[in-house]
Parts: sequence; structure tokens; C-alpha cells
Amino acid sequence: MSTVVNNNAPTSNVKRPATSGNPTPRKSMSNASADSLFKGVTRTFAFLVFSLLAAILVSLVWGSRETLMAYGPAFLWTNEWDPVNSEFGAWVPIIGTLMTSAIALIIAVPVSFGIAMFLTELSPTWLRRPLGTAIEMLAAIPSIIYGMWGLFVFVPIFQVYIQPSLVNTLGELPFIGGFFAGPPFGIGIFTAGLILSIMVIPFITAVMRDVFELVPALLKESAYGLCSTTWEVMWKVVLPFTKSGVIGGIMLGLGRALGETMAVTFVIGNAFRTPDSIFSPANSIASALANEFNEAGGMQKSALIELGLILFLITTIVLALAKLLLVRLSRSEGVKS
Amino acid sequence: MAYSVITMSNPVYRTRRLINIVMLILSFAALSFGLFWLFWIIGTLLFKGAAALSLTLFTEITPPPGQTGGLLNAIMGSVMMVGVGTLIGTPVGILAGTYLAEYGQRGWLAPATRFLNDVLLSAPSIIIGLFIYAVYVAQVGHYSGWAGAIALSILVVPVVVRTTDNMLMLVPNSLREAAVALGCPKWRMITMVSYRAAKSGIITGVLLAVARIAGETAPLLFTALSNQFMSWDMNGPMANLPVVIFQFAASPFPDWNTLAWAGAALITLLVLSINIVARTFFRQK
Repeated sequence: MSTVVNNNAPTSNVKRPATSGNPTPRKSMSNASADSLFKGVTRTFAFLVFSLLAAILVSLVWGSRETLMAYGPAFLWTNEWDPVNSEFGAWVPIIGTLMTSAIALIIAVPVSFGIAMFLTELSPTWLRRPLGTAIEMLAAIPSIIYGMWGLFVFVPIFQVYIQPSLVNTLGELPFIGGFFAGPPFGIGIFTAGLILSIMVIPFITAVMRDVFELVPALLKESAYGLCSTTWEVMWKVVLPFTKSGVIGGIMLGLGRALGETMAVTFVIGNAFRTPDSIFSPANSIASALANEFNEAGGMQKSALIELGLILFLITTIVLALAKLLLVRLSRSEGVKS
Repeated sequence: MAYSVITMSNPVYRTRRLINIVMLILSFAALSFGLFWLFWIIGTLLFKGAAALSLTLFTEITPPPGQTGGLLNAIMGSVMMVGVGTLIGTPVGILAGTYLAEYGQRGWLAPATRFLNDVLLSAPSIIIGLFIYAVYVAQVGHYSGWAGAIALSILVVPVVVRTTDNMLMLVPNSLREAAVALGCPKWRMITMVSYRAAKSGIITGVLLAVARIAGETAPLLFTALSNQFMSWDMNGPMANLPVVIFQFAASPFPDWNTLAWAGAALITLLVLSINIVARTFFRQK
């Protein structure tokens, strides 16, 4: 291909600098400047991506300056949300966010481990791809669909057939019974946590599958050679070897669960009071934002942006930790969105 | 030959075998648990969506309660915003990803950007909505389709950066060396050799990004809002499928709920098929 070295080839999609006007005598010069221009452009965009998180942080701090000044750190533990009297505190949505995410992880972690184990150790090879794709499709379904389906299909069934028996059995337990007590509304923290768990399962499973496949076959074969069962190989060889990667995957799922908005907004009940059981309607940071932001003004808007700031800080820290844990076991992988 | 302890008469071995079988069954149960929800949700959507599906969905705009109508304005708004968002986000993502993969061997910027980009990839989308609200909507003073498109483009960027970076990294260095050995300047080598080798991977990344933003609701709530009329004006509030679904599903009117289900089925089928197409497309190469 002669065009490869011909500087005037029309196929270029990068603007050449003016110096390339007379190519013959100054060819190497114009190549050098085209090179530095291209590098400069890509570097600029890389820097743009680099500074995006900082820009988000600055804009959220600026947007919430009124409440930041007015309440200071007490905003975090103030149990009050009264737009009429302009009293705001983040306690209820923070608790709601943490409780729903905790429930989501309690359900999703063992299930994801089971799925990853099935797909890496048990499944016939020809079934792995279709089953893996099916599980990944859970991540592709838009979050608003989970919310709608949760509210209109899952909640009525849960409320009538499942929740009363849970309240009557678990609610009677000594000490921890209080967590499961309360009227069966159907909606509430538990429902939100359960739906969140379905949404984060594909993310945790994907990471677990990736890191399980990094375990050298030699290690597993040695264990099998010593008469280990499949479960023992998973639990005593694969899991210890991939520990940091697995924890990273769980953190990644946690980051997703914390910030999930639409699904939670539909089913959490949107009540601004401290939950007294896992079946109480409550509020999460994201659902409070989705519900109130467009109608809010003044102090309330600032308080909501501060909620967003808190969510942003928590998720960024969790995701950064996840990333640090995964870096150790990372490899150049294909497409994982 | 010494006698083996691996027999069913050995109680230790029996227990280990039993635990193994229980765990394998649980592992299969976990898979069924995941698939159960997938089929339930898709089944519901097909069932409720098929009941609501009709040609008027694509020919009429969203109705006031009690009248018949379709989702034309929402579909068009979504198409426009997703289109503009992708057009803004893709070049930014590809160029930034190019820097990471092709120039990032030295210096602090590439590893730091790669790290922050991965954080951005999983950052809550509602925060992106708040960000665009604060820097654009609040400054201009009104909701607009442009704001929605910009918010979506910020969701596109990390996906494209990541795939571009990964795909360029997979291009064998011998190809690059061959190009350079022919006297090819580096930028020409990247555009004519690296990009071509990584093309299918990068296209897959863009497709996945489109699938992701097509169903995003949270970032549009505070930026594009919605509009009950047909609007081609990107500078004003714009209807879009996810927010219309949100509003109609939460409303007390049955015909609005039906439209919401139709929209939900439409958007899910679209997103799932883009995902599957992207995967098969990538696998073929």
C-alpha cells in the first residue's frame, strides 16, 4: 500500500497541521507535527475523562453549599426531613440505602457463587455460553423494567402469599424477630433488596467466573488427584486462590446496588421515617432524589444534591476499593460492560 | 495393594460425598434462581406488552388520560437523544481509549485515567443526571433534550474508553512494528493499522453502550424531563421512552399503564437484541 507513507492520502480522519502544505521537502517535519497533534488530541480527551469524576465532585459540592454550610456534618445523622419547615437530614435515606444494599448482597453473593461454580466446574461445555449469556442478560434489562415488574407483578404475589408467612415464622423468633415484624405492605426495604439482588447477580457472577478461570489447572488437578470432591476444590483451592478477586467482585456489586435508582424507587415505599423492620417502607438516597428533585426548590434542592454527594462519595470509595482488589487478579479481558 | 479409604463404608468419605452432592444441588439451584427471574420478567413483558402492542404505538403521540394514543413522541425523543448522546460520547471515548492503549506506557495519566474510568463505568447514573443538572440545566434555566443527550453521552464514554483500550491492547505489536518499519508515522499507524485490527471490538463496545443508555431513566429525569407533545426541539424538554414509562406506570389511569407496559416491552426487546447482536457480531471476528 503506497498510501501508507504518502502524507497526502485522503483517508486520514485527523486534521493535518498547516505545515503539511508542501510535503516533499519537509516530510519528516510534518509527520512529526502530525504525530504530536494526534497525541495531543488523544491526550486531551484522556485528560477530559480523567477530570470527569473531579468535575462531578466539584459540581455536587457547589450545588449543595447551602445545606453544607447550614448543617455541617450533623446532616449525616439528623433524622428529619421536613420540606415545609426546611429541616433536612440524611439519616433515613442513608439507612435505607445501606439496608437495601446489605439485603441485596446477602442474597446475591451465595447465589452468584453458586452460578459461577456451576458455569466453571459443573456445566457441560456446550451449555456454558448460552447459560452465561442468559445470566448476563439480567444485567441488560433496564432498571425501570425491574421496578415496574416488581411493583405490579412481584409485590402483589409477595404480599399475599409469601410475606404473611415470613412475618408469622421469622417474626416470632426471639431477639431478631423484630426485624421481620410489621404489617405486610408488600413494598418496603426487603422487596427493594430482593430486586436489587437480582440486578447485581450478573455483575458479581461475571467477576467470579473471570477470576475462577484464572486458577491454574495444575492446582485443581492436584486437589482432584488427592481425591478432593468438586466442592472441596471450589471451597479450599479455588476460593482461597481468588479471594481478593471475589471480594472485588462483591464490592463491584455493592457499588451497583448502592446507586440503583429506578427499581428501588418503585418498590421501596418512599416513606421518610426510620425503618423499624426490614418490611417497613423507607427511602434510599437514589429514590429520594428521583421522587423529590424535580419538585424541590431552595434548601430542599440543596439537601437533595448533598444526598447525591454522599451517594457519590460512598460509591466511589466502594468502587475504587473493588478496582484495587481486582487489579491484582486482572487480565486483559474482552468486553465486560 | 493397601486397601482404599475411598469407599462408602468410610464415614468421613460418606460425609464429604454428601456435602459435595448437597453443594452441587445448591449450585444448580442458584442457577435456576437466576434464570427463574429472567424468564418471569421477560414472560411478563411479552404477555403484557403483546396485549398492548398495536400500530398506533408508532403513529400517535402520548394521549391525555382516557383517550387512545401511542408513544410516537417518546420513541422519537429517545431515538434523538440516544443518537446524539452516542455521537458525542463515541469519539471522546475512542480518542481517550487510544491514548490509554497507544501512548499510555509511560507517565501517570494513562493508569490514573484507566482507574477513574472504571469507577465511572459503575457510577450511579442518577449522579450523572445531577451533574448535568448542576452544570447545564441550572445554568441555562430550563430542561432540554441537549442536556439529556449530554448526560447519556457521559454514560457512553466509560464503556467506549474501556473497550477501545482493551481491544487496542489485543492488537499484536508485530503489526504495529511492521507498519512503523515501512516508514509509517505513529498516528497513521494507529488510524490505519490498530483501528482496523480492533474495529469489530470497538463497534461492539459502542453497541453495548447504546444498549445501556437506551433504557436509562435516572439521568434523564433531571435533564430532559418529558414532554407530552411531539417535539423536534432539542432545546426544550423532550419526551423519551424511559421517563414516559416511569410516569405512566406510576399513574392511576389504566390506559396509561397499558401504554407503559407496551413501552417497557419495546425497550427491553430492543436492548436485549442489541446485546445479543453485539455478542454474536464480536464472536464471529
